Amino acid sequence: MRLTCPLCGARDRREFTYQGEAVALSRPDPDAGPEAWNTYLHLRENPAGWRDELWYHEQGCAAWLVVTRHTTTHEVRKVQLARDVAKAEGTA
Amino acid sequence: MRLSKGGLIERAKPLTFTFDGHRYQGYAGDTLASALLANGQRVMGRSFKYHRPRGPLTAGPEEPNALVTLGHGPTQEPNLRATTLELFDGLAARSQNRWPSLDFDLLAANDLLAPFLGAGFYYKTFMWPRAFWEKLYEPAIRRAAGLGALSGQANETRYEKAFAHCDLLIIGAGPAGLMAALEAGRAGADVILADEDALMGGRLNSETLSIDDTPAHAWAAHTVAELASMPNVRLMPRTTITGAYDHGTYSAVERVSMHLAAPNDAPREAFWRINAERAILATGALERPIAFANNDRPGIMLASALRSYVNRYAVVPGRAVAIFGNNDDAHRTAADLLDKGVHIAALIDSRPDATCTLPVRFIPGAQVAHATGRKSLEAITIATQSGTDRLQCDVLAVSGGWNPTLHLTSHMGARPRWDAKTAAFLPAPDAIPGLIPAGAVTGRFSTHAALEAGLTAARDALSVLGLKHAQTDLPTAEDAPYAITPLWAVPASGMGKGRAWLDFANDVTVKDVKLASSEGYKSVEHMKRYTTQGMAPDQGKNSNIGALAILADATGRSIPETGTTTYRAPYAPTTLAAMGAGGQGKGFAPERLTTSHAATLKAGAPTVEAGLWHRPSYFPRPGETHWRQSCDREVAMVRSHVGITDVSTLGKIDIKGRDTGAFLDFVYTNMFSTLKPGRVRYGLMLREDGHVLDDGTTACLAPGHYVMTTTTAAAGPVMRHLEFVAQALRPDLDVALTSVTEQWAQFAIAGPRSTDLLNTLLDDAVTDEGFPFMACGPVAIKGTPARLFRISFSGERAYELAVPARYGAALFDLLKARAEAMQGGAYGMEALNVLRIEKGLLTHAELHGRTTAFDLGMQGMMSKKKDFIGKTASERPGLMAPDRERLIGLRPTGAVKQLLAGAHLFDRDAEATRMNDQGYITSACFSPTLGHAIALGFLVRGPDRIGEEIRMVDHLRGVETTCEVVAPQFFDPDGGRARD
Ligand SMILES: [Zn+2]
Repeated sequence: MRLTCPLCGARDRREFTYQGEAVALSRPDPDAGPEAWNTYLHLRENPAGWRDELWYHEQGCAAWLVVTRHTTTHEVRKVQLARDVAKAEGTA
Repeated sequence: MRLSKGGLIERAKPLTFTFDGHRYQGYAGDTLASALLANGQRVMGRSFKYHRPRGPLTAGPEEPNALVTLGHGPTQEPNLRATTLELFDGLAARSQNRWPSLDFDLLAANDLLAPFLGAGFYYKTFMWPRAFWEKLYEPAIRRAAGLGALSGQANETRYEKAFAHCDLLIIGAGPAGLMAALEAGRAGADVILADEDALMGGRLNSETLSIDDTPAHAWAAHTVAELASMPNVRLMPRTTITGAYDHGTYSAVERVSMHLAAPNDAPREAFWRINAERAILATGALERPIAFANNDRPGIMLASALRSYVNRYAVVPGRAVAIFGNNDDAHRTAADLLDKGVHIAALIDSRPDATCTLPVRFIPGAQVAHATGRKSLEAITIATQSGTDRLQCDVLAVSGGWNPTLHLTSHMGARPRWDAKTAAFLPAPDAIPGLIPAGAVTGRFSTHAALEAGLTAARDALSVLGLKHAQTDLPTAEDAPYAITPLWAVPASGMGKGRAWLDFANDVTVKDVKLASSEGYKSVEHMKRYTTQGMAPDQGKNSNIGALAILADATGRSIPETGTTTYRAPYAPTTLAAMGAGGQGKGFAPERLTTSHAATLKAGAPTVEAGLWHRPSYFPRPGETHWRQSCDREVAMVRSHVGITDVSTLGKIDIKGRDTGAFLDFVYTNMFSTLKPGRVRYGLMLREDGHVLDDGTTACLAPGHYVMTTTTAAAGPVMRHLEFVAQALRPDLDVALTSVTEQWAQFAIAGPRSTDLLNTLLDDAVTDEGFPFMACGPVAIKGTPARLFRISFSGERAYELAVPARYGAALFDLLKARAEAMQGGAYGMEALNVLRIEKGLLTHAELHGRTTAFDLGMQGMMSKKKDFIGKTASERPGLMAPDRERLIGLRPTGAVKQLLAGAHLFDRDAEATRMNDQGYITSACFSPTLGHAIALGFLVRGPDRIGEEIRMVDHLRGVETTCEVVAPQFFDPDGGRARD
């Protein structure tokens, strides 16, 4: 498997560390309530299909990435810097 | 018998080799199998279960019978296929799975027990009594049934792993692959052409075909020579592509030096990962046998294999050859043999309407029903419409049609589809993204079709790659149609005794498959597991389709209804040594060494592993015979004089930026934005779920510049966490993180005389006023800049001194010498651990991932003035409940004075059962300072139970005592020794 880091280019997946669904980007407010925090901490969709997930280019540039991957075919549609995604969400 | 001329062997290069100790001669270009056949040795193995004598069925990598062992001792390598082992001078092979010898195998008695050893016999015969399975049945079965053995010794042979990248990977160098490589190579693409054979050309080297009016093998050689001259083409002979993976990744095994008499430094095999933009699958097809009674007798082989032996190796493995087939390849075989002057006893074609123009005895509409002869074929029984006929022959070539070698197309989950016209499975469309099947693997079996498909596939790939076509001309070649009438197994009725073999390698017969079906194993997956069909080293390459067809027939379904088998990687048997190349010893666990490592070893200190780091346990002095003596002395040394130890393994993270204070406030529970330059603060870090991630100190070196220390164990995870917070949660903050663990060597100088020692080194002396507890700042040692931190992990007045790593070794030597001159010295991990337990300081024994700040008695460090990672979750009621297991200290009160980490805690009078569990010990040691054992642990409502006597039980080590619950700070609880 290969991932194309926006900063480094196409690299072997062994350079990356996987970190689950990208919901971790959407941190609730401290007073959002137990439901929101429970969802954020523990609930993941685990779809058989497209999913945004977090990968860390640990053996490369140390960028956190949001990878849009199909969980059954492993096709990768998009790789973005988590920083860019987080900034865009912050301004939305 | 070797033909006097012809073949692609090098007659000028005779080679000597041995098989089971007997000396033989062959030629360069031979395989072990072809050379043995040339010497009249046709039995090359004994079968898996019944120990029937077997000869080669094939001439290639799919061989199920002729498996041999090479080498002795650690280098012993079993289950190598004689049909692919290239002959070299001095090769010494041994047969397997026989006792005492290949010729006389006592275990062949199993063949007589066949009625008891059919499908599923493991499950039926040895069910009772249960205890017999482990002690009697399994060892006996293992001895009798099996393959070659490993030596059990560590193998020091060199293997290698390697990576390659290309525009176009072409898998297989037969006509389709060569044609594709020629076009793509000429077009300038970066091409890798891989073939499992040493000699590229595929079937062109085994057939008597012509391409552009030259012999096909000569065309192949000419084409390979042109490809070899292209700098953009990499030829990889002896390389099997074993797997297809995501995003154009392919695994491959190259036999780098297995074929060399003197490999010297070359690795035996290399495991490749090849990344290809595009790939062409030109793997061709494998011929399949037809099942009939005793079809496993030595001398019976595939027709294509016989043509390989005759045409490529110039070997005729007998005197009278019969040929049996259900398609035209049987006729091609007859023509080739006639051309070499070999006597053909008969050509038997199961198709009633078949015709033949060759001058041979031709029997259409007939089937070979039975074979006789044990160690060698002697005769066959032919069943025709009018009756049976017995025919003397010592070789029988069988052609049951061709199975496309489509295994790789299944590796990502696609299922092959059945094609009735060719009576074969064909690759599913788009099975592997970017992989184009071409040639015989798509069910187009003529040479013309292969060349044309190779050319077309190359052009398709070039278009995708954005390269111009090279306009290579399509050579002329035969384009014979493929006409086949499926025949899987000759009906057994009336043909006398004898089993019909499907899976030669695992001894599975037609009857076994039918038995599985009648016992309810009607799914192909169940049948496989029940009969073990397809589970031998050939992975069912010779038997999967036949077994499936017979199962379909037995269950009254069509083949597509019955299904197919899922081919999984690796395509061919692969040594673990190749796949794991570089992963043994230090390749498996690399060593991280501190700059003081050499001095540590020189001082005679044993080392202990901390993650990948190697750290000193203790520094023994003359007369000390037990580690405790050294440890106790080192603790006392630090408490009364001065000790030094290397703390470079702690994670060090350099943090810079305008918003560093706000960032640290967000990742630590306590405030850091208030920390002034020149000051250090202890911090606690939580995970977002409210549990403790790590602790450590962070020093403010200058405005906007901090250096954080993490525990040795958590250095990597903390760095990952901080980067996540900085990039994904707080991209608004200006902060940059750099790991500097390797860049700085850092030493603790601990003890009442630490300031005195330090001031013998520093260019400018430090004072308590200028450098109080928790101060930090730049210092210099003989002009070399260093960083000094007044922090303590021992409870004593202490410093940590950091220098650029290149000065580490020199500084350690200097510190050690100065300390020894002051009744001190170096101390190791044992003493370091005792010192911190005496002070109740924490490591990952306590911060084990399930403890909260509340559990550790650190709830006061959770700031109420700000948000931080883990704050909301840590306030969940369950994480603040008074009856949680919370940190306490323990000291023994009973007759047994020992406390053990891992032991569990119970109420004094309670039974030591799981239901009564009240907590556990995380760290324990003997305290030389206090003169008794001490321990840290977690106890239900712990801090409320100070003074209570409880029970400690270590069920594992059988130790039990009573102990008193005390505060976790055993020594100098108010911290005056470090501070004042
Ligand atoms: Zn990167």
